[in-house]
Formats: sequence, structure tokens, C-alpha cells
Amino acid sequence: MIRKLTLTAFAALGLSAGAALASGGTAHIEDYAFSFEGPFGAYDQNQLQRGLKIFTEVCSACHGLKYVPLRTLGDETGPGLPEDQVRAYAANIEVFDKSLDDYRPATPADKFPANTGVGAPDLSLMAKGRAGFHGPIGLGINQIVKGMGGPEYIASLLAGYHEAPDCAPEGFSGYYNTVFTAGGYPEECKDEHGAHTVPGSWIGMAPPLMGEDVDFDDGHSNELHHEVQDVAAFLMWAAEPKMMQRKTAGLTGVIFLSVLAVLLYLTNKRIWAPVKYGRKDD
Amino acid sequence: MSGIPHDHYEPKSGITKAINSRLPIIGLLYDTLMIPTPKNLNWMWIWGIILTFCLALQIITGVVLVMHYTPHVDMAFASIEHIMRDVNGGHFIRYLHMNGASLFFTAVYLHIFRGLFYGSYKAPREITWIVGMLIYLLMMGTAFMGYVLPWGQMSFHGTAVITGLFGAIPFIGESIQTWLLGASAVGQPALNRFFSLHYLLPFLIAGLVVVHIWAFHHTGNNNPSGVDVRRTSKAEAEKDTLPFWPYFVIKDLFALAVVLAVFFAVVGFMPNYLGHPDNYLEANPLATPSHIVPEWYFLPFYAILRAFDSEVWVVQFASWISFGIIDAKFFGVLAMFGAIAVMALAPWLDTSSVRSGRYRPAFKWWFRLLCIDFMVLMWAGAMPAEGIYPYISLLGATYWFAYFLVVLPLLGIFEKPETPVATIEDDFKAHYGDKAGTPAE
Repeated sequence: MIRKLTLTAFAALGLSAGAALASGGTAHIEDYAFSFEGPFGAYDQNQLQRGLKIFTEVCSACHGLKYVPLRTLGDETGPGLPEDQVRAYAANIEVFDKSLDDYRPATPADKFPANTGVGAPDLSLMAKGRAGFHGPIGLGINQIVKGMGGPEYIASLLAGYHEAPDCAPEGFSGYYNTVFTAGGYPEECKDEHGAHTVPGSWIGMAPPLMGEDVDFDDGHSNELHHEVQDVAAFLMWAAEPKMMQRKTAGLTGVIFLSVLAVLLYLTNKRIWAPVKYGRKDD
Repeated sequence: MSGIPHDHYEPKSGITKAINSRLPIIGLLYDTLMIPTPKNLNWMWIWGIILTFCLALQIITGVVLVMHYTPHVDMAFASIEHIMRDVNGGHFIRYLHMNGASLFFTAVYLHIFRGLFYGSYKAPREITWIVGMLIYLLMMGTAFMGYVLPWGQMSFHGTAVITGLFGAIPFIGESIQTWLLGASAVGQPALNRFFSLHYLLPFLIAGLVVVHIWAFHHTGNNNPSGVDVRRTSKAEAEKDTLPFWPYFVIKDLFALAVVLAVFFAVVGFMPNYLGHPDNYLEANPLATPSHIVPEWYFLPFYAILRAFDSEVWVVQFASWISFGIIDAKFFGVLAMFGAIAVMALAPWLDTSSVRSGRYRPAFKWWFRLLCIDFMVLMWAGAMPAEGIYPYISLLGATYWFAYFLVVLPLLGIFEKPETPVATIEDDFKAHYGDKAGTPAE
């Protein structure tokens, strides 16, 4: 029994070692407390609506959400916009219709348009395509405790712009970001062994949010650290719109199977009692 | 069917007599369900049922997923998102299928290591073991090809790496790789055939599972004591065994419910934990991910593959003796497949006269070390191939081979095993006291 447990424990530890090595680097990812974390966490509808507004007014200038159907903006477990607002939102977007061979206003049956900016990646799945947390030492424990860290990565990256360090040459291409590790990096900022002396790298995207970029009707704070969380939460919803349904189904399964397990345990005990202890059925 | 004496099915009513005289299917089901099973089986004997369940789960969820999936390089990724967003319950079915593979491999590793500890591979169960190894190989093939289908970044570049292994075969490698992919690079032909094979192989596995079960139903189950069931008379056999139904069916179902509760927690609360984030990015042949890592269940063998670089003396020796035909890459491929081959040869490499590891004091330690070795290799396989990690992989790979090729043969000669219990009945009573007996009828 002990051996089995040990094996299982080791297996569990080894499991996510693969996932632990996502995008490399050791930049600091802030562990934001999102409402949808944990087995019982749920999306905050107001936050998703704020995130949608930021996406619409800022991100959508370059980035697309090509896998997200517009109708899902009305989902109860998502932003939950009323039907008329979904329709109005869609009507503001132009989509190309192959059958008309022309552009027309979108309807809720359409998807968000694909990206318009060259090199700006589609954001539909970005929150699942990045892992903010890794390790320690490839064991994947942090991802059990904190989650995969996709939205945390996005929020940290958006808040991760800083003034370029002194070592960087004048006019080095891109914008210095302490969280982004996959960008350009000047030779001048490496030491004699080629190791980086400053965290992060130079990203192509200009700082999209500075704080107070968007005004919310309900007067909610539009400081930078709030905005980045709102838009990260919205992108998590865009990537995983069925998260609530998934957790509910998972929880139902766990409860049902636990009850079943207890019943089967008692049945098993009773069946084996006469064999193990020579007792007659009681 | 079984060599253990027991009651066979006797049809009683008219209709069962009529059916059974034409097709003895009721008798077959009865004998399979009522097969005498050693009563001292412990909780490590549950994984077979879990594995059978996994196969059924994967086939059922897979068949549904196929209804909505499009095997086309431009549409595959989008069709997965269609399943995740538009298909009723599609997101959960897909997550069940995705994590079902991990449950499948967790169970198969525990099942294999159970066999390795209790000597289940030894005579007369060699064929059961070999068939099991074939199932395991088919599982790996199926899982690998299934991982290609979403056409994410890791799907694409993982395929390039793994089919590249065949390209390492001297002289004919490149032709084989082209033949496998149906083209000179990973693309539409590869996606189409992997889809076809991913659908086909599980049914081959199901066929082999029947053979696997048939084989050990004929020899009888092994058990923790490794002692054979007494077969001289039915009365004696009944002291050592209990019918599979209801004793082991209920026990196994209980275990299944517990395992599935954990499984549902993973699927419901952390379905992407075991996956790789890069596979949520659509395949892009022009952008290679910085670390190409296979799924966790391939990592131990991936570590062995990468352990042998051109710095290792055995690789240099093999290259010298083969006039350079065997290079480091091909050596790594041979080592990876060899690591599974030596495991398949365990029945003939293990020379000990005692079957169960329980009565082998020295073997126990070597076996524990093998379990740790497997975990270390799994971990090392996920780390980048630089710094200290290749050395750890090499150390782990060396022990893996040494265990099967050196330790198992020599232990049988030098180890002084303890005397196993005389009968399974004694083993059962040693555990539950003298009152333990057959159930009151």
C-alpha cells in the first residue's frame, strides 16, 4: 500500500514536468487573485464586461479573436450581455461575407474578426497558450498550487513595460518588457558569459495600456493594475468559455463517484466479511 | 477455459439450453465471470479493470469527437475549437479524452510495475506479458498519433521530431520517414494517415486485450505470494480461490469509483495541467517552439533517447565497430526501443526460482531503485538537454538496462530468497487470522 502511494505520488509529481517548460525564461509573473480560480471559482460578469470594453477599445485595433462567436457574449456564464446589446455590439463590426463577396455588418452568428495588425497574434486562446507558472525544478508543483498562470502571464506582461535599462543601445528595436522573454535582446546587456543582466526582453508591441485608457460607466477603477486584470480575465473567458460548465460537471462527477465509492466500499466489506473473518452475513 | 478446476455452466431452462447448444456464449460469459481468482489479490491488482475502462472511455469519447473533427491542416485546429465552443458537452468530452490518455498511461505503468514486482511475467505467463507489451506499444503509437490531430504547435513539431527518429536509421531511414509521412515533411498526408491509424489502433488494442485476458485466464492470475493455486481437486482449488463475481467485481468497481473521482477532479478543475500550453497555438511550420517536449508518459523513454550523445563511450565504440554506420542519433533510437525490448524479455532474463518479489530480499531494493529510476528519467526527459541533465539521463538509462540485463539474471544466482508460503490459503490466513475461510454458502 505504501509503495503504491509512493508510486502514485511520484507519478503525480512527474506528470506536469512537460507542461512546466512552456515559454522558457524566469521572469516574475504576478500571482493575481482572479475570481475564477480554484474548483469553485467563477467568472465575474462585471469584470468580463470591463475586459470586453478594454479589448474592444484598445486590443482589437490589432488583435483578433477569430474562434470566439459573438453570440457567446450573451452567455450567462460569460459576459452575459443582454440580447439587444449583443446584436448592437455585432452590428458595429464589419465582416467579410464570401457569399456577398463584400463586407457587411456582423450578426451574433458571426465570430469576432481575425487580427488586422501584421504580426499581432490572435488572442482567442492566448490565455491557455501561455503558462505563467513553472517548477520548481521541473516538478510542476506550482501549477497545481497557483494554476497554469495563463491570465496571470497576460496581466503581468501588460503591466511589465519599463523604461529601457542603461545598457541598451539608443534606438534598439522594440519596447522593453520585463515579463516577455521571447523578444529581441541587445548584446550590450549580456555579461561576458552571454548571460542576461536584465530580465525580460524587447517586445514588438507598444505599451497598449497606460492606465485610465477606458472609462467605465459604473465608475470602476481604470488604473493600470485593474485594467490588465480585467482584460486578462476577459481573455481567459475567450479561451475557455465553458469553464463554469466544466467545473460543474467535474464537481457533479466527483460527488456522484464519491457516493458510489462509499456504497461500493460498504458492499465490498460486507461481501468479503465472511471470507476474511469467518462471519456469517449480518 | 481455466486450468483451475471449477464448476462449469450448466444451462437449466429450455431457452438457455437451446442457445448454449448452438452457441456456447452463455457458458463462455459464465466461465469468464465466475473464474476462480486467488483470494489474496491486493490493491495493485485493480489496474487491469481501470485499463479496460480507459480503453472503453477512449473509444466512446473518441467516436463522438470524430463526428465533429476535420482532419485537414487548415481546419483541424478550428474544428477542435468548434468542439470546445459549439458542440453540446463537447468541451467535456474532449477533456475526458485528453486526460483519459493520461489516466490510461498512469494505470498501465502501475500495472506493468505490479507485474515486474510480483513476477507476473514469469512462466507460465510469458505470453500474457508479451501480449501486454504489444498492447503497450500500440498504446504509445495511438497516443502519439492522437496528439498530432489537434494540429497545435507541439503536435506539429513533435511529429517532426518523432518521425525524424525513423530517419536516423542508416541508409533506408529517410525513405522510411518519407513513407511514414507520405511526404518529405509533416503535412496533410501525415495528418490524414495518423487520423486513420488513431481510429484503427484502439480496435487492435481491444483485440489484443481479449488475447491478454484469455492467456491469463488459462494460466490463472498471479497473486502477491506468487504461489500457484492448488489444482489437484476442486475442493482444494476452492480453498485458494474465490469466483471473480462478486468478490473481485465489487472490489474492482470500488477501486474504479475512487480512481474516477480523482480523474473527474482533474478533468473538471485542471484539465490542461498535463498538457502543454503550446498546443493551444495553431501549428506553424515556420516557428519552432523553444523546447519540444513529448507528453509526460513518453518522458522516461525520451530521456533515454537523448541520453546517448556522441560524447558517451559506448556510442563512440558502437560507431567505431560499425564503421560509423551507428551514429549518436541512431544509437539513441536503438536505446529507446531497446529499453522497451529488455522489459519485454524480462521472463527470460529473470533467473530466480521464486516468483514474487515479496520473498526476495535483495530484489526488493533493486526494484525500488528501478521505480525511482523511472521517475528520475521522467523528470530528466522534461528538462532541456544541457548542463547536468544529460548525465542524469545517462545514469538513469544505464540503470534501466543494467536492471534487466545484469541485475535480474545475476540475482537469481546469488540471491538467497526466503521460503514463500506453502499455499494461497496460508497467505490469506496469515493476513486475516485463522477464522478466514470460504464463504458460508
